[in-house]
Amino acid sequence: MKNMSVISNVTCPVCGSTCDDIELVIEDNKITKVRNACGLGESKFLGYSVHRQLKPLVRKNGELVKVSLSEAVKKSAEILAGSSYPILYGWSNTSCEATRVGLELAEEVGGVIDNTSTVCHGPSVLSIQDVGYSTCTLGQIRHRADLVIYWGSNPWSAHPRHIERYTNFTVGRFRESTWNRYLSKQSAYRAKQQMQRAAKLVPGAETSFSVSSPAQAENNTHLPPALLRKERKMIAVDVRRTRTADIADYFLQVEPNKDYEVLQALRALIRDGELDVDSVGGVPVETLEDLADVLVGCEFGIIFFGVGLTMSEGKLRNIDAAISLVRDLNERTKFLIMPMRGHYNVTGANVVSTWQTGYPYAVDFSHGYPRYNPGETSVVDILSRGEADAGLVVASDPVAHFPKDAVKNLVKNPLIVIDPEVTATSLMADVAFPSAIAGIEVEGTAYRMDHVPLPLKKVVEPPKGILSDEQVLQRILREVRRLKKRKGAMANG
Amino acid sequence: MPKLKVALLTGRTLRQGQGKEYGKLSERYWKSVAICEIDPDDMKKLGVKENNNVKITTDYGSVIVRAVKSLRGPHPGAVFVPYGPWASVVANPRTHGTGMPSFKGILAEIEPAPSVEKVLGLEELLKQHYMKE
Repeated sequence: MKNMSVISNVTCPVCGSTCDDIELVIEDNKITKVRNACGLGESKFLGYSVHRQLKPLVRKNGELVKVSLSEAVKKSAEILAGSSYPILYGWSNTSCEATRVGLELAEEVGGVIDNTSTVCHGPSVLSIQDVGYSTCTLGQIRHRADLVIYWGSNPWSAHPRHIERYTNFTVGRFRESTWNRYLSKQSAYRAKQQMQRAAKLVPGAETSFSVSSPAQAENNTHLPPALLRKERKMIAVDVRRTRTADIADYFLQVEPNKDYEVLQALRALIRDGELDVDSVGGVPVETLEDLADVLVGCEFGIIFFGVGLTMSEGKLRNIDAAISLVRDLNERTKFLIMPMRGHYNVTGANVVSTWQTGYPYAVDFSHGYPRYNPGETSVVDILSRGEADAGLVVASDPVAHFPKDAVKNLVKNPLIVIDPEVTATSLMADVAFPSAIAGIEVEGTAYRMDHVPLPLKKVVEPPKGILSDEQVLQRILREVRRLKKRKGAMANG
Repeated sequence: MPKLKVALLTGRTLRQGQGKEYGKLSERYWKSVAICEIDPDDMKKLGVKENNNVKITTDYGSVIVRAVKSLRGPHPGAVFVPYGPWASVVANPRTHGTGMPSFKGILAEIEPAPSVEKVLGLEELLKQHYMKE
C-alpha cells in the first residue's frame, strides 16, 4: 500500500512572489500532485528529480569523475585556501542559512561574495541607497491599492501568481478583484473576432470593423475610460507588448532604453509643467498628460518595477527617476514602489549579507574587512577584468546567464559548484557537489520580495548521502580552516 | 542575404521558467530558450519563416537560434530572446560601473542563418564558446 500524505501551506521555492499556500500530495517520498502553484512552481515540484546530480565530481584529465564527498571537500578547500582573490557567487536559490555559512567562508578565504542581484536588481539597491524609497508589504497592496503599475516587468511570465495573489485579481479588504471585468473584456474580444470570421465567410460582404486585442484597442492617444474608474486599475509599461500588457487596462509602449525620459517627463507633468515636444520615448505628450492625471487621481498607487529598468541604458538612474516620481506623487496622493525580485530568496541573500557585513551584495573581503563598491567589487566586473583566480558557485547558473567574456574568465579558473541539478555551470566545474533542494528536501528561511521572511518546508527526504548547501559549505569551511591552521603552524615551526 | 538592424531584448518567458526548473539539459529548456521572437513584418523582410534558423550578431558575438513569430507584435525593429546561454553569448558585458551588464536594448543585426549552421545544443554551445581545458 502506498504511503500518501498531503502537506499544505508549502512555500514555493521558485520566484520572488514566494507563494506560501502550495499544497503537495506526497506518495512514497515522491511529490505526485501540486495544487495552487503556477506553471513554474509545478515544473519544479514535479520535475526536480529528473536531472539530478547524485555524486560529487572532480575534474581529472579533463573529465569529471565521481569521487567521495571528503575528496571533493578536500579539493575545494585546497582551491579556495590556495587562491588570492576567489569569488563566491549565487545564493538566491538557497536558504538564508546557507548564505550565512557562505559569508563566513568568504571572510575566511578573503574572497568576494556576490549574489544574483548583481545581474538583477543590483542597480535598484544602488538607487535605493542613494535616494531611499517608500514601500510596504504585499498585503497592503492586496487590501488597499487601486492603481497598480507594472513597469519593465512581466509578472504573467516571471511571477505568474503575483496578480492573482497580491494585486488586481485578488479580493482585498477595501478593494474588489477585477477578474470578472477582465473575463468580460476577453469574451467581448472573442465575440468580435468570431463576428469578423463569420463576416469573411459571406462572399462580397465587407467587414466594417477591425479587431485588435483588448489592450491594443485602447492603445491610442487617449487613455481608456477604465482608468478613470474608482475601482482597481492596472497599467503595464514596457518596450514590447507582454502577456501582462494584454491583461492590463492600459499598455504604454516605450521605445527601448527610453524609460528614464518617460519617467522624468511624468515627473514634470505631475508638477503641472509643460513639455515643449510632441512625444517622449515614443509616447505622445497628450497621452503622458492623461496618464499623469490618472497617477495623481488614484487613492493608493504602486509601481512594481522589473529588470526592464535595471538592465536598460541608464540602469540605476532609471530607478532614481522611478523613485523620484513616486516621491513627487506622494505630495498629491499615496504612492509606493517595489522591485519585482526574481528568485525566491534573492531578497534573503541581500538581507543576510547586509546583517553580516553591512552590505547587500558585491562584498569584498580581500582587505580583511568588508568593502563594497559595485562596478569594482561586483562579479561581472571582476571577471571581465580577469582578476579572480578561483570561483565557488552555489545554487546559480552564471555560465548560462553571464555575458560571454565574464563566463570565459570564470571557467578558466578552478571552479567549484554546489547545485542539486546539472546546469551549464556544473558541466564546466572542476569540483561539482550535489546538494539537497532547499524548500523541498531541506528546511530553511526565505525572504519574499517585500522582505517578509517565510519558512521553507522539507516535504520529502533527499536522496541518500546528499547534504544541504549549508552542510556542504560547512564541511568546506572546516577543511579550509584546518588547512590554514596547518599552513600557519608550518610557517611558525 | 537580407539583414536587419534591431534592438535585442532578452528576458523571461513562462516556458523559459518552466524549462529551467524542469532541467537545463532537457529538450524542453532548449526549445524554450534557443529561440528568437521576431515581428511578423520583420520576418517577411528577412524572408524567414517560423522555425527557420536566424543568426544574431552583436559587437560581442553571434549565435544561431530558431525564429519564432512574435505573438506580442507589432514591435518592428525589436527582437526577443529568452534568458539563457544562447542570449548570453551576444549580450553586452559593459556594466558602466554598476555591476550590471546590458541585457536589454542591445544593438544587433539579424539575418537568415546559412543552411549549414544549426542551433547548437547546450553542451555543444559550451564547447564552442568556453572549451574547458
